[in-house]
Amino acid sequence: MSFDYDKYLRPGKLPHIWCPGCGHGIVMKGLIRAIDTLGLEKNNTAIVSGIGCASRLPGYLDFCTLHTAHGRAAAFATGVKMAKPEMNVILVGGDGDGTAIGGNHFIHACRRNIDMTYIIMNNNIYGMTGGQFSPCTPTGAKASTTVYGNPDPAFDVAKLAIGAGATFVARGTAYHANQIDKLIVEAVQHKGFSVVEILDDCPTTYGRRNKFKSVIEMMNRLKEVTVSIKAAEKMTAEQLTGKIITGVLYKEDRGTHYTAEYAKVIERAKKA
Amino acid sequence: MANKVAFLQGNEAAAQGALYAGCTFFGGYPITPSTEVAEVLSIELPKIGGKFIQMEDEIGAMAAVIGASLTGAKVLTATSGPGLSLKQELIGYACIAETPAVIYNVMRGGPSTGMPTGPSQSDVMCAKWGTHGDHAAICLVPASVQEIFEETVRAFNLAEKYRMPVMIMPDEIGAHMRERIVFPEPGELEVINRTAPSVSPADYKPYDTRFGDVPPLAAFGSDYRFHVTGLNKAEDGFPTTKASLVQAEEERQIRKVDANIDDIVTFEEYLLDDAEVAIVAFGSTSRSARFAVNEARKAGIKAGMFRIKTFWPFPDKQIAALATKVKAIITPEMNLGMCTGEVVRCAAGNAPVSGIFRVDGEPINPGQILEKIKEVM
Repeated sequence: MSFDYDKYLRPGKLPHIWCPGCGHGIVMKGLIRAIDTLGLEKNNTAIVSGIGCASRLPGYLDFCTLHTAHGRAAAFATGVKMAKPEMNVILVGGDGDGTAIGGNHFIHACRRNIDMTYIIMNNNIYGMTGGQFSPCTPTGAKASTTVYGNPDPAFDVAKLAIGAGATFVARGTAYHANQIDKLIVEAVQHKGFSVVEILDDCPTTYGRRNKFKSVIEMMNRLKEVTVSIKAAEKMTAEQLTGKIITGVLYKEDRGTHYTAEYAKVIERAKKA
Repeated sequence: MANKVAFLQGNEAAAQGALYAGCTFFGGYPITPSTEVAEVLSIELPKIGGKFIQMEDEIGAMAAVIGASLTGAKVLTATSGPGLSLKQELIGYACIAETPAVIYNVMRGGPSTGMPTGPSQSDVMCAKWGTHGDHAAICLVPASVQEIFEETVRAFNLAEKYRMPVMIMPDEIGAHMRERIVFPEPGELEVINRTAPSVSPADYKPYDTRFGDVPPLAAFGSDYRFHVTGLNKAEDGFPTTKASLVQAEEERQIRKVDANIDDIVTFEEYLLDDAEVAIVAFGSTSRSARFAVNEARKAGIKAGMFRIKTFWPFPDKQIAALATKVKAIITPEMNLGMCTGEVVRCAAGNAPVSGIFRVDGEPINPGQILEKIKEVM
């Protein structure tokens, strides 16, 4: 029997806003399958986003959904989680939203190790506004604001998350669709702040400017430039040049997380 | 049993008022001169199982309180001028998403960093016009430690009753002054809680105008689930660009306040019955004004004071009526004419309005006001 996505989609909200060839829908399907595997209760699960194409995702899902302001998803979600720690809180958004205007909230959510999962769809561009370069646009790439080539170095989202203190960091791609739900399942099960970066594609505003002839070519690129962490272990540094490693990149069991620590604060305060 | 009496600082009174009102969540960021609110609540909230979080910045603090409010908590953030500027983005979000939140802002000088430890009354326009787009505003301006407590409770009541952000803005003098406070007993002051939905989860819409201009707000994590966005939305909470729906929604949000001005606007009339000259003042400046009025009376001048307790919505009709009764109005304020402009607008030429403006970090003293009274009379 085929998987019943409709069970988790809000009736009447499709079609979605995403362009043909955009990987966000693949990520949404992965998230839905993950939620199904995890058995998350709809009433007890908040899905929070910022602004941008990827951030429209929560509106399609039948949960407690919060479409916040640009970059602010992590900060709103922190309020939700602190106030109701028993809720599952999942954040979704794009690379510009999460690492530029939302960069401060992102790193501090990592640092606090608050028990939420952040799915960052990294398509290397600000799609909704028409293709301006983001902190994840590769150096030299073309965007509507870097027609002479992007002078900026790009963030490595996973390294940023690990450096900032996230205790679970994984990377997948929109090409490896069947891996997405597995990474999300593991991320949500992890106690602490988990980040899942999904390398994604924007054929409309990135692909066309950067000489990708088709969506298939963009998808194939995601396949070609990535290598799984297992395969990478057997490869030489030379072989890994230019490759992006996917899979669970970092996992640290601290045995605690932010709202668990605050519960201890409450206990100490009540005794004081 | 006699009420508990204490010698308390204004900011401490705000924290106590928040607890009295049932606040269970505070999100903040350190900033002078409001930090004591955060310090007190970091100690007191966990004692009652409430939550305190110090966020990474002012915007994050505003975001966190909105997120917490959507789970049903009564929420507070505290800040001062530069922080208020930063919070404006999400104050707008709280307006459009119709999420209750109280913003306690201590007025220091500005623009920018200004004079962080000096008093000012120059954030009153920012309270109404700070965030972009059309929106309603409620802003309370207490003048004593006792009133900071009571008005903080009222700020929560108004936020919950009208489903919107409400600001309470003492100036730095009120916030840092210590004076006697008589704590109301539980039940002595009205405490308003959010209206819960009366329909089934299947029938629930977060902006359902069948229930009037202030539709009931459910909580995340309850039996109700719904969508919240900062986009213009239809009654079901989902984005819309349909012209008629957007127009109706925006007008309703303004109407929430405009149709309830008499419920929201509060003021004090001091010796105005036979007054020929009226001082219109607010915050700590009104304390100097009261002294000046008393001195003027001793000198045989029929002076009185109209004290603004609710700055937004502005007491338009009361000021308009006042202007037809007195020969002159004097508006002392610690800014360069923000309240004065409003008074001039309301007075509509029926009485001359003379401002006394100070932005040097010093309070306006009674002598300055008395001098002006003698000058205009």
